[in-house]
Amino acid sequence: METIVSNFLGLYNYWAVVVLMMMGLYVLTAERNLVKKVIGLNIFQMSVIMFYISMAKIKDGTAPIIVDGARDTVYSNPLPHVLMLTAIVVGIGTTALALALVVRIHEEFGTIEEDEIQEQEGRG
Amino acid sequence: MIDILLFAFLMLTALGILRLRDLFAAAMLSSLFSLLAASLFMVMDAVDVAFTEAAVGAGISTILMLATLAITKRQEKARKRQLRPGPALLVLACGAMLIYGTLDMPHFGTADAPVHTYLAPRYLEVSPIEVGPPNIVTSVLASYRGYDTFGETTVVFAAAVGVLLLLGGRRRFRDAGWDITMGVDLREVQEIVARRQEGLKLPEGDP
Repeated sequence: METIVSNFLGLYNYWAVVVLMMMGLYVLTAERNLVKKVIGLNIFQMSVIMFYISMAKIKDGTAPIIVDGARDTVYSNPLPHVLMLTAIVVGIGTTALALALVVRIHEEFGTIEEDEIQEQEGRG
Repeated sequence: MIDILLFAFLMLTALGILRLRDLFAAAMLSSLFSLLAASLFMVMDAVDVAFTEAAVGAGISTILMLATLAITKRQEKARKRQLRPGPALLVLACGAMLIYGTLDMPHFGTADAPVHTYLAPRYLEVSPIEVGPPNIVTSVLASYRGYDTFGETTVVFAAAVGVLLLLGGRRRFRDAGWDITMGVDLREVQEIVARRQEGLKLPEGDP
């Protein structure tokens, strides 16, 4: 029991990330609306980014910007920040491409619902 | 403390997105989600990530989403809402494995976690001398990991080309019922231009 409490106090960030990731994955796989799927993908992606950023955090640390004369300042780890900066920008690329595909699918099928598209495909 | 609150808000927003049928509202909630995430990044000392997320996640991706909804549909099809067992099982399995995986992770905010022992101290110590800018994220992004950033711009370029190929072309706009000439008859324009040129005819042989 005690370990569970201490784990919760120490690991809550990871657990929150896992819950967010589960929600994103559920929206991505279970929703039949394509725009909803894209939003789910964004949530999923954000949970991964959050995971890295929360790993970089050091207690009582500050943003990794060097201040002259400050001797014993603790800075959070800048490396995950850089990696996730790249991930966010690439993420907007995938989102834009996915939404463009949704628009094309709507032009072709007149719907953005997965099951209706499959119905039409089966008939055609 | 404030990060727990922000995490809770994030989960509530995600839950709202999960339940909403109105796609317009879902898009706005996803914008709110990004803004909350940006606040959380701010709390976790990732200032550069925070403002990128606020600009890109809450700004650009919301605009793209709303534009898509304007062209397609605003409302999700009404169907009986039920938990789909397949995806739910998959999600629960993944979640359980991940929770199990976190059990031996270093606790949140630990200063001597493995992540912090390698490479980061070097960046913190020598990058102001080696590269210059006081913001270490900038020097790592532009100098130490310049190729990464180059690859990132390549990916963004590829995505832009992909979007243009998918949506570009006059034929496609015409097929979608869009009038990209904005109601102007092109032949009329040509006629006017021709008449103008007639009037302003230059002497022949003049370069």
